[in-house]
Amino acid sequence: MVTLRDAVVLVGGFPLLSGLNLELEAGTLSVVTGANGAGKTSLLRLIGGLVGLTSGSGRVSDIDLATGDLRELRRRVGWLGHEGSFYDDLSANENLAFAAKALARPTNEIAGVLDRVGLTSRASMPAKLLSAGQRRRLGLAWILLRRPALWLLDEPYASLDDEGRTFFDQLVGDVVESGATVLVSAHDPLRSSTLHPRTLTLAGGLVVGDRS
Amino acid sequence: MIRTALLVAGKDLRIERRSRVLLWQVLPFGVMGLVLSGLALGPTHAGHSSAGPGLFYLVMLLVTLLMINRSRVIEGSVGTRTSVATLGLDPAGVFLGKALALAVELWVTGAVLLAGAVLVLHTALVGTLQALPSVVVILAALAAAGTLYGALSGGGQGPATLLPVLSLPAFAPLLIAGERSFSASLHGGGLWQWWVISIVALAAYLAVGILLYGVLEDS
Amino acid sequence: MKLLSQRLLGPVTLALLGLTFWLGLWVTPPDKAQGNLARLVYVHPAVAWVALYVSFGTATIASALYLWQRTRSMVMDRVAHCAMEVSVVFILLTLITGSIWGRPTWGVWWAWDARLTSTAILGVFALAYLALRRANDDPDLRARRAAVFAILAAINVPIIHFSVQWWKTLHQGATVFTSNRQLLIHGLMAWTLLISFLAFTLLFFWLLRARYRLEVLRSERYDVFVAEALAQRRREGVR
Repeated sequence: MVTLRDAVVLVGGFPLLSGLNLELEAGTLSVVTGANGAGKTSLLRLIGGLVGLTSGSGRVSDIDLATGDLRELRRRVGWLGHEGSFYDDLSANENLAFAAKALARPTNEIAGVLDRVGLTSRASMPAKLLSAGQRRRLGLAWILLRRPALWLLDEPYASLDDEGRTFFDQLVGDVVESGATVLVSAHDPLRSSTLHPRTLTLAGGLVVGDRS
Repeated sequence: MIRTALLVAGKDLRIERRSRVLLWQVLPFGVMGLVLSGLALGPTHAGHSSAGPGLFYLVMLLVTLLMINRSRVIEGSVGTRTSVATLGLDPAGVFLGKALALAVELWVTGAVLLAGAVLVLHTALVGTLQALPSVVVILAALAAAGTLYGALSGGGQGPATLLPVLSLPAFAPLLIAGERSFSASLHGGGLWQWWVISIVALAAYLAVGILLYGVLEDS
Repeated sequence: MKLLSQRLLGPVTLALLGLTFWLGLWVTPPDKAQGNLARLVYVHPAVAWVALYVSFGTATIASALYLWQRTRSMVMDRVAHCAMEVSVVFILLTLITGSIWGRPTWGVWWAWDARLTSTAILGVFALAYLALRRANDDPDLRARRAAVFAILAAINVPIIHFSVQWWKTLHQGATVFTSNRQLLIHGLMAWTLLISFLAFTLLFFWLLRARYRLEVLRSERYDVFVAEALAQRRREGVR
């Protein structure tokens, strides 16, 4: 699913990734950990086609990161960032309708997706009025609606309560079981009892630890 | 491309309808701009000056700058831009959609400020109505140009101070064409040159936007 | 051969500029109507030609070549940047010499003359191009945005020209071909004029080359900086 060789990503002259090597199998769950500034988010952004490869080589979902169509790659990934990932003035419903129409998907799946993330009662509330945890759930709904083959979740646990964590672990488990590849970034290794991910440790824009 | 354009324009206009930034912030600013123009002309000229068309367009340029910044801020946070980027929207469609939404907002503002010009600066009503077609085209050209210069000045994260210096030189010929054709509607005079300028400018900005908007994207 | 022409560019430019000034200031006669002021004809048109056509044109072509996938390279970006910077200098000189020339005729330093106004607007375009470059740190993004801006500026050249032209014009017609003043251009004066165009055009290419070399040095220093940053970043990973 993902192959990176000596991947370097420079932004404004600063190397975010400094020659990273990585291999991810399809249908697996991996967690990227590391200190602030280790390059976790940059790795996810590179894999999602959201930032260009400066040198080295890489393939994600059969698209070459150096020469391929990154817009097509972006359409294939689901991204959950650590900030609100939608239009604040629009409701949960409207945000999801926009995403569905943009991807030419039926809008009648929205209600089911909102139900699954537990936001049915907040469906017509503007996104800016949602709590941090609810925004996370809306972000998940946005990805669920798209059913991508590759999930990139940037610090998804940051503002979740215990119930949210359990719900999240369950959802990720289901997604991996259904064949999708999931890459999660987190400060610390996962403490979940149900998930058994491969844990990658990043430092200085390199993979310095890898254990299954 | 057209489907994406309508989707993006619909989204921008819906956000505007929710937030009412145009109604509560931009329109009062525009009206105040007209009143200030009258005050700047002095008591002897404020009510019977030939400067009405020029002042109308000058205020419209300032309103346009505000609205371009607003259009950028909608796409503002890193999270929003990242999520939207994963939708892989056709950049030409995004450009057309944002330009269309901006044009609609400028047309609404233009209609209010034209009424204001008739009321405050005493431009003749019939002549003002005759100027409407040219106002519509010029404001559409401003919207297309503004969407491009908005993206050039850095999408949602660029400094707001860069936009005026990038866009105002390009707005200058539109100001001239607008002012002259409005004046011609009021007092007579040649019109065809100004139609040439405004239509050529509109077509050029639309063409460049459709071809090159994707080049301006972040990654 | 190429090396020789490069080595000769500077001396030939200086010699031709010297020749222009010598012919323009001492050998050619003063004008009947404008007196010594008319000698600006050996500076102003040539400087304006370089500002509006040669340098702006170079920047536009280089930007277009950058945007075209097959010819995209940082060389084009650098040429566009350097040409635009030199353009700012020449546009400023055009405005200053035009203003000095116009002052006795118009009675003011600034007149709402069509060419003066459109040149000034173009000058702001060139300055805005440099401002846009300064506002973007990432070399790739900066190059793309600057190139699109340069193309937009070039498209605006005729739009601005005609709009201001139709708006109002006080300026005399083209100097050499349809001179409607007593300033008769022939013989020695025509030769001096021709040499001045050649001299200032060469001056542009000389400045462009010098500026380009500086940009290459800058980019080499940037590469060193990046290599050091990369090495340091990797050391963070080893610990």
